[in-house]
Amino acid sequence: MSKTRSDPLHKSDPVYALMFIIPSIVVIAIIAFWPLAQTFYNSLYNSALMFPQNKTFAGLSNYIKLWQDPRFVNDLWNTVRFTGWSVGIETILGILVALMLNKKFKLRGLVRAAVLVPWAIPTVVSSEMWRWMYNDNYGVINSILMSLHIIKQPIVFLAFPSTAMPSIISVDVWKTTPFMVLLILAGLQMIPDELYEAARIDGANAWQRFWSVTLPMIRPTIGIALIFRSLDAMRVFDIVYIMTKGAANTETLSVYNQWTLFTRGFITPYFGYGSAMSVMIFLIIGVLAIFYVRMMKIRLD
Amino acid sequence: MRHKNLRKIIFYIGVIIVLLYFLFPFYWAVVSSIRPPSELFSSHPTLIPFHFDFESYVQVFTERPFALNILNSTIVAGSATLLCLVIGSIAAYAIARLKFAGKVGVMILILMVSMFPQVSILGALFQILRSFKLINTYPGLIIPYIALTLPLTVWTLQNFFRDMPHELEEAAYIDGSGKFNTFWRIVLPLAVPGLVATGLLTFIFSWNEFLFALTFEQIPNMYTVPVAISMFTGYYVVPWGQIMAASVIVTAPLVVLVLIFQNRIIAGMTAGAVKG
Repeated sequence: MSKTRSDPLHKSDPVYALMFIIPSIVVIAIIAFWPLAQTFYNSLYNSALMFPQNKTFAGLSNYIKLWQDPRFVNDLWNTVRFTGWSVGIETILGILVALMLNKKFKLRGLVRAAVLVPWAIPTVVSSEMWRWMYNDNYGVINSILMSLHIIKQPIVFLAFPSTAMPSIISVDVWKTTPFMVLLILAGLQMIPDELYEAARIDGANAWQRFWSVTLPMIRPTIGIALIFRSLDAMRVFDIVYIMTKGAANTETLSVYNQWTLFTRGFITPYFGYGSAMSVMIFLIIGVLAIFYVRMMKIRLD
Repeated sequence: MRHKNLRKIIFYIGVIIVLLYFLFPFYWAVVSSIRPPSELFSSHPTLIPFHFDFESYVQVFTERPFALNILNSTIVAGSATLLCLVIGSIAAYAIARLKFAGKVGVMILILMVSMFPQVSILGALFQILRSFKLINTYPGLIIPYIALTLPLTVWTLQNFFRDMPHELEEAAYIDGSGKFNTFWRIVLPLAVPGLVATGLLTFIFSWNEFLFALTFEQIPNMYTVPVAISMFTGYYVVPWGQIMAASVIVTAPLVVLVLIFQNRIIAGMTAGAVKG
């Protein structure tokens, strides 16, 4: 863009720009920033959702109570556990399926469409589908495992801490691996063929080519996919709410928070406590986001 | 030669495992939705159904306001998508093409929202919507959905506008066309592929969203589809046949959408992430 030209396109035009920008800013201010400020204000009081006029000032005491609440600390740990396992498995599966789709073969179009569909359907629906498959009496997973004589008794997957969390993770992996696959596939397709040729001429075998050409080239893509996915997984609500409602030690921060705000805090004065939890979740995810962004910048430089 | 064939066989076994993994749950939902109760509630269900019974589909529509729930979802997701595209595209155009102070600040503000945990604003947003009497109304969901989907829309579209050639707009200005007119008549028609991609993502997001819908729509006649399905499960009985039938009903249009617009959806998904 040369500045010597005087066509109207490149003139500073704050009035038009403002008119174009304002609707977006207004919507975002009303729906995101106002509630965020209000949440912080609420967290300084003890009140119930249904009786907003009966409030007592609590200062920062709700935040102190939060870290003394074993359920909160436990749920934070559950959320981290869920995020680590599901994002980890998704990344590995995502790389494998993306490598497969990067080859030309019959059925490729079908596989690509099949991969996209789990991502497109509502999480509530995928959770219900898997809850049915995990059912202890009539579920197909128990039925298959018993026909193969792997187990003698049906497993009540969603009732025990040792199996409930892995079951929930498996649904998330099924639902969001597609996102990983398509992102990594986009990264793979940007690798020039010459690099592989050069590696082949140097006598590198398939594994060496993957390790020294493919992986370094898709590392930035994987980095971005990891950021998106882990920030998303830290907020997990739907799957847990549908599959267990948080029973069998599967409760995550969002589930506990929603319950505190709208069930416990409905008529008892815990709405402020729930708001403090909301602010804390915002801070945790905010810190994580900043950390990720800085890490990526270092890598990009 | 034999070595090569063996590798091909292993590769195709991998392909089949991947296909089975991603598609079996759908197959199972369809099969479960058309089984008679006696076969549905059997501890050793057959992999292929032998008797068909469409009673579950009838029940979903006669015992529940499910048709209304589908209508609600369509209205909410459709309006949110259209409004988000209108508001988002003009903002994206301003960011990509117009000069103004504080542009970086606006971008940071918009991107910050994409990282907001929804639950963090849930309680206060409920209070705000309640004070405007918007609980149990369509706008009470549409407006929050616009805000949640704006960041991705603005980000993707401004990338799109940036890549477009300047010449057409310049010609229009020289011919005396105003800024808004130029945007509306010249720029927007050229941006249709980008609008379709982001519109599809917005629609899918709004159609699928659960937490806000669960909180802001509290009467069965206002439930959106995901909330309605989550409420099928009662205290004593879980109507699995109906849950599966409803799941199939809401999945079918999405499958069609995905098959038709596969490339556009993938373009939208990856543009938001790879360029960001």
